[in-house]
Amino acid sequence: MATASTPVPAALRTKRRREAARTAAFLSPWLIGFGVFFAYPLVSTVYFSFMKYDGFTAPTFNGLKNWDYVLNHYPSFWTGLGNTLWLVLVMVTLRVAFGLGIGLLITKVKTGAGFFRTAFYLPYLAPPVAATMAFAFLLNPGTGPVDHLLGELGLPQPGWFTDPDWSKPALTMLAMWGIGDLMVIFMAALLDVPREQYEAAELDGAGPLQKFRYVTFPNISPIVMFAVVTGVIQTMQYYTQAIVAGKVASGVIGGSGQQFEPGYPHGSTWTLPQMVYNLGFQRFDTGSACVVAVILFAISMAFTSLLLRRKSGFIDED
Amino acid sequence: MDITRRTRRALAALTSTACLALLATACTGTNSGGGQDGSAAGQDVTITFWHGWSQDNEVKAIADNVAAFEKLHPNIHVKVVGNIADDKSEQALRAGGDAAPDVVSSFTTDNVGKFCSAGVWADLGPMLQKDGIDPAKTFPPAMLQYSRFQGNQCSLPLLGDAYGLYYNKTAFAAAGITAPPKTFSEFEADAVKLTVADGDGFKQLGFMPNYHGYESTPSHFLGQYGPGYFGADGRSDIATDPKVAAMYTWQKGLVDRLGGFDKLEKYRTGFGDEFSAKNPFTTGQVAMAIDGEWRTASLAEDKPDFEWATAPFPVPDDQAAGYGRGYQTGTIIGIAKGSKKQTASWELVKYLTTDTDAVVSFANAIHNVPSTLEALNSPKLDADANFRTFIDIAKNPNSSTTPASVNGGAYQVSMQNLGYEFEAGRQTDLKAGLTATAKEIDAAIDQAK
Repeated sequence: MATASTPVPAALRTKRRREAARTAAFLSPWLIGFGVFFAYPLVSTVYFSFMKYDGFTAPTFNGLKNWDYVLNHYPSFWTGLGNTLWLVLVMVTLRVAFGLGIGLLITKVKTGAGFFRTAFYLPYLAPPVAATMAFAFLLNPGTGPVDHLLGELGLPQPGWFTDPDWSKPALTMLAMWGIGDLMVIFMAALLDVPREQYEAAELDGAGPLQKFRYVTFPNISPIVMFAVVTGVIQTMQYYTQAIVAGKVASGVIGGSGQQFEPGYPHGSTWTLPQMVYNLGFQRFDTGSACVVAVILFAISMAFTSLLLRRKSGFIDED
Repeated sequence: MDITRRTRRALAALTSTACLALLATACTGTNSGGGQDGSAAGQDVTITFWHGWSQDNEVKAIADNVAAFEKLHPNIHVKVVGNIADDKSEQALRAGGDAAPDVVSSFTTDNVGKFCSAGVWADLGPMLQKDGIDPAKTFPPAMLQYSRFQGNQCSLPLLGDAYGLYYNKTAFAAAGITAPPKTFSEFEADAVKLTVADGDGFKQLGFMPNYHGYESTPSHFLGQYGPGYFGADGRSDIATDPKVAAMYTWQKGLVDRLGGFDKLEKYRTGFGDEFSAKNPFTTGQVAMAIDGEWRTASLAEDKPDFEWATAPFPVPDDQAAGYGRGYQTGTIIGIAKGSKKQTASWELVKYLTTDTDAVVSFANAIHNVPSTLEALNSPKLDADANFRTFIDIAKNPNSSTTPASVNGGAYQVSMQNLGYEFEAGRQTDLKAGLTATAKEIDAAIDQAK
């Protein structure tokens, strides 16, 4: 049933227009930033994934050829995808668990808490390149002190960054060493848990595990969710440490007839962001690089959406 | 409500138009350059030259060369920027703009195909022709081959590198070896004799054959066989060329003979930096090494506590007559296609690459192989016997290089990856591996075309 629309008075129209203009003006810095730095690059990335474009000559449409090349012919796409997902699942999980564990321990320490806080936070400030080079030196199976010590103790001496089975665990160790960021936010969250809830739980006879399960965790679960979501996004962009570790451990500088092995050793440190750089800025195959970037974005979105959809069972809505 | 809907539509239309406009004009670089910069008429012109040299003696040598050029051409001024890697210079050339270099050099001849085919570097053919320079009569064949792609002479050789054998004379004497090996079977026997075990490791290794052993790469070893890499149709022929399979098989045999991949790999991780006094040949960790002529200068400076000498790297037994050959590469120099100062840039490139005195003095200063036929025969060239080995390798008509490809050295990465698999025993079917690698190479080239 149609209803006749009542004409809006001119004065009201003017007022509404002004309000809309004012709102748009206040929002414009964000809108411009969102448009220029997110929406436009995102749309462009999808667009260029269907184009043949070398960053120099004008792009031309080439349908699904880039997608076919990346998914079916680019030699290390699936290896890179597998490595990236491995790092997302293992590294993020361990970092969150370790950061929470360290946070819990430090909040319990009666004396010297400041020292431990500083000691665990400082590695986070180390530049990633320097930290990775230091780890590659310490974990060098031929000359590094770690394997030397393990040998003295009669323990196995892994190849770490030179062994495909150990390179990702070694990178995970490096990530856990720089746990300072998560430790700080977990400590803040843990100190914010109301004391009276612990007292009530104790009166009900709860032990340490039950207190963690029924008091601590529900209170800090939004922070855990934040740590997981940001961890997934950061790990999907994992580049510097992986490429530095591979380059330092392989010892190959690269030149004519001496190409650096991507993802040394045996492709085990090859990640999707390295692939984007290789395709886009070394091979200048922008179209294929955009395909990988779109896949990276889709996976990040999928992980984030899944985690946020699951939050109802994870975070107390109250 | 009508107003809101109208406004929304207008905004949507505006946004769509803006997006389409942005996409249509998206970041395409410029490739239009020009030759009329006024320098020929004596007008003052400043050009920018990016190169990759970084060590003090190298930077001084190139600066001296440029100073000599400026003396000859007082109206052309050269702004020199050193320590530039290929990725950076190529990105700058593609981006274009006033800050982009006019003249660029690269250590990686593998990238010539990419530079030429993308039109990032200008074709120097017309400039050579205009000045009556015949490239075939000026540059050695292998150097000419690696500086052009499919008829496009987009770069010229600016000194070269030749690969040969470095051997520890003191260790040779201790092992009772009187002369450097000439064939692979002699080489293998010597490598075994020179290897001294130390528990699970080595006190001294005869030779490091693993493909991560610095210059022990498939391409460098293949320089002793001289494969074509690509057939006449431009497709990879590594699966059908018996020389390629022979090289992989020979290297794997040597790996197994010297203790196996894992043991060698563990020993390799104890090597110091390749370009330092901790190089494993300099420290005595290996008694023989395949390396370029620049190592003669490093060894003279680092003064290891043993006697050393150089010789051509051995050749396969069935190609013994080819002894004296080696893998060749070098530095290349070119002009940005987008440069507006191509006349002045060409004068600099011409001077650096074809002036015999300039080439010889630069070669002597940084211990590289000269890159013109005249300079190779110049009496002013360094007379050191160890260095002369490499001059002879460069002159050898059988010396070869890796051909330029439209996607740079990607085909070599594929071949190296197969090598890593095969030497480690993860790939045991060489024929299947070569077939799959050839397909991978072809697919990458098709994608890059």
